[in-house]
Amino acid sequence: MTSRWRFITPVVALGLVLAACSGGNNTGSAPAGSGGGSLNGATVTVIGTWTDVEQTNFLAMVKPWEDQTGAKVKYQGTRSINDILAAGIPTGVLPDLAGLPGPGQMAEYANAGALKPLDDVLDVSTYTSETSPGLVKLGQVSGKTYGVFIKASIKGLIWFNPKLHDYSSSPPATWDDLKTQAKANQGNAKAIWCLGISSGDASGWPATDWIESILLRQAGPDVYNSWWQGKTKWTDPAIKQAFDTYMNDVVANTFGGGTNAVATKFDLAGDPLFASPPGCEFLHQASFITGLGKFAKAKAGTDYNFFPFPAINDQFKSAVEGAGDLFGMFHDTPAAKSLMKYLVTAPAQDIWVKAGGALSANKNATDYPDDISKRSAAILSKATSFVFDASDNMPTAMNAAFWTHMVSLTGGKETVDQALAALQKVAGDAYTQ
Amino acid sequence: MASKFITALIVVVVVPGVLVGYIWLTEQVLRVFSERMKPRIRPWLWLAPALGLLGLFLVYPMIGTIITSLQDKFGKKFVGLTNYAWFFGSDDALTALKNNLLWLVFLTLLTVGVGLLVAVLVDRVRYESVAKSVIFVPLAISMVAAGVIWLYMYNYNPPGSPQTGTLNAAIGAVGVGPIPWLQVEDFSVNTFMLIIVMAWMWTGFAMVIISAALKGINPELLEAARVDGATELQVFRGIIFPLLVPTLVVISTTMIITALKAFDVVYTMTGGNLNTNVVGTLMYQEMFRFGNYARGAAIAVVLLVAIVPIMFFNISRFRAQEAIR
Repeated sequence: MTSRWRFITPVVALGLVLAACSGGNNTGSAPAGSGGGSLNGATVTVIGTWTDVEQTNFLAMVKPWEDQTGAKVKYQGTRSINDILAAGIPTGVLPDLAGLPGPGQMAEYANAGALKPLDDVLDVSTYTSETSPGLVKLGQVSGKTYGVFIKASIKGLIWFNPKLHDYSSSPPATWDDLKTQAKANQGNAKAIWCLGISSGDASGWPATDWIESILLRQAGPDVYNSWWQGKTKWTDPAIKQAFDTYMNDVVANTFGGGTNAVATKFDLAGDPLFASPPGCEFLHQASFITGLGKFAKAKAGTDYNFFPFPAINDQFKSAVEGAGDLFGMFHDTPAAKSLMKYLVTAPAQDIWVKAGGALSANKNATDYPDDISKRSAAILSKATSFVFDASDNMPTAMNAAFWTHMVSLTGGKETVDQALAALQKVAGDAYTQ
Repeated sequence: MASKFITALIVVVVVPGVLVGYIWLTEQVLRVFSERMKPRIRPWLWLAPALGLLGLFLVYPMIGTIITSLQDKFGKKFVGLTNYAWFFGSDDALTALKNNLLWLVFLTLLTVGVGLLVAVLVDRVRYESVAKSVIFVPLAISMVAAGVIWLYMYNYNPPGSPQTGTLNAAIGAVGVGPIPWLQVEDFSVNTFMLIIVMAWMWTGFAMVIISAALKGINPELLEAARVDGATELQVFRGIIFPLLVPTLVVISTTMIITALKAFDVVYTMTGGNLNTNVVGTLMYQEMFRFGNYARGAAIAVVLLVAIVPIMFFNISRFRAQEAIR
């Protein structure tokens, strides 16, 4: 008898484990089509890159929709959204709505049939009239809308500490003007630039933003676009010039040098601005920085302020680089459709806009909490040519190599020529696949 | 709630029922065979479910991986050995392979060497259990957490500002540095810094096992040697070490496999930047970041082929030992 029981006991234990595993499965993603009736009790799974404050803001934004419909949003914030979606496309394990890494991936997913078109989900005429045309276009693949911008930011702003020198009355108009003024007004600041490019396995991206800001204003949107499309080579003189400008004008005048830039996390990069004596005069970063590091606790206008990236080549001075949280729909359940429709409306957008740290693609969302956000929003709506983050548009292998080589380059482990030659080699592989 | 109740019912009643039913069923099947054949067939019938699961969850995915590795990025057509050619022709992959070799040699040397040293030394002190516990504790920490902890240890701030990293603060106290530990590529210093993190975790494991083997050595042997006038060093070299060799071999193979599978520490601490990639992180990048399952699979197969001889050696050694007993 005893020997038999010794055999049975582990069997029961195994059964318990199996049951525990299967138990987790019955929370199913969304109830099967309820035929357009009430959404009460329905669930929409959402994955985005927003964590911490941004996550709180997003949840505040969907709260009125939840209250109104009785449906629930199950949100998960993660920084590895690329990895999750890349793994989800072949296996089909995908959320209902998700933040997309960029228009490049959006097109890839739309062509793979994973993304659902939004033309019959959104009120298209209202959407197009309220949203700046550049952004509407970025969400389209062969004439159909697949992605909408839940929030946007403009990149390439230059942040400064007005207590050291207030540039707001006469911001530098050109890159040379900026260099002259920076030297003249340096005071007791230890360096001109603050730079921090560490960001986990995405380390290097703030430096890619630098290259993009310089290239866009040095060579113009056409070269910029043909570059990320893989048509202009990395070894092209225009690209090399942008890299040289970055190394000679920026890295060489960085607080703590390139070594420190590699070791510093991007969200804390601007902290030396507020130190005494200041570590640097300027930080180049997108508008979202006001929600991070010491910016979050400082007061806009008195503790920090910004001016737009100055013109390098006068011809391209009104070009603006922006980014945004592009959202797409993977499952067209009634609840997901309803949520998508709600998210782009001005009242929904105003909730986040009011909380700060976000610009809305919707022109009718105007509840900006401070002057800085209001001015950023104005730049966004006025921009004649709007380009999306180039590195986010490149094939992922190219983008990752761009990040990695910016780390090596900034840290002084590579020369510009070495980095460009290596990147061109990667391009040969990444674009053909 | 009701569904949970049904699940519980299934667990408590149906699962054991099915299993007992299976045993009963095998006996029914065995009736067909003669009495002489029964004992030969019965173990295989009992093993069948386990072998089936092993096949389903281990052998089948392995074959799938090998097939994937011979296909193109989209898994649509066969491309022969292209993915393997890429692996052995790419600078990134070769750097990862070289780093893995460093991991393999130095992680094994560090953990087994320090583990042996500590085991032998603490064997002679009264506070042995305390000392062993302290060294063993890091193994209980997850590797990602260890990576984050050591990021603080290696933290770098520009010269002239307060050094918040433990290591830079320490060398700063004697007027050296600061050194950006994870950025120094010369002589693979940054890779060694990562290996140290892993060694910090696994030394305790090596120590505990070596210590146990040490306790198993007959004290009369050592006593006899000492009576004959052997010095402590001679006792160690002539008696203790040879008797520990089988244990050291087992731990070394375990550590070699751990080194080949290195991933978490590299991923959390450098993300593979500045030439610190290892095969594990490269595989992850190819599969989940670049969506190239074929190349990821090829890397997995290379890793598998590298581990097989070690496993084989381990098993044959284990068999040889069993034979002696």
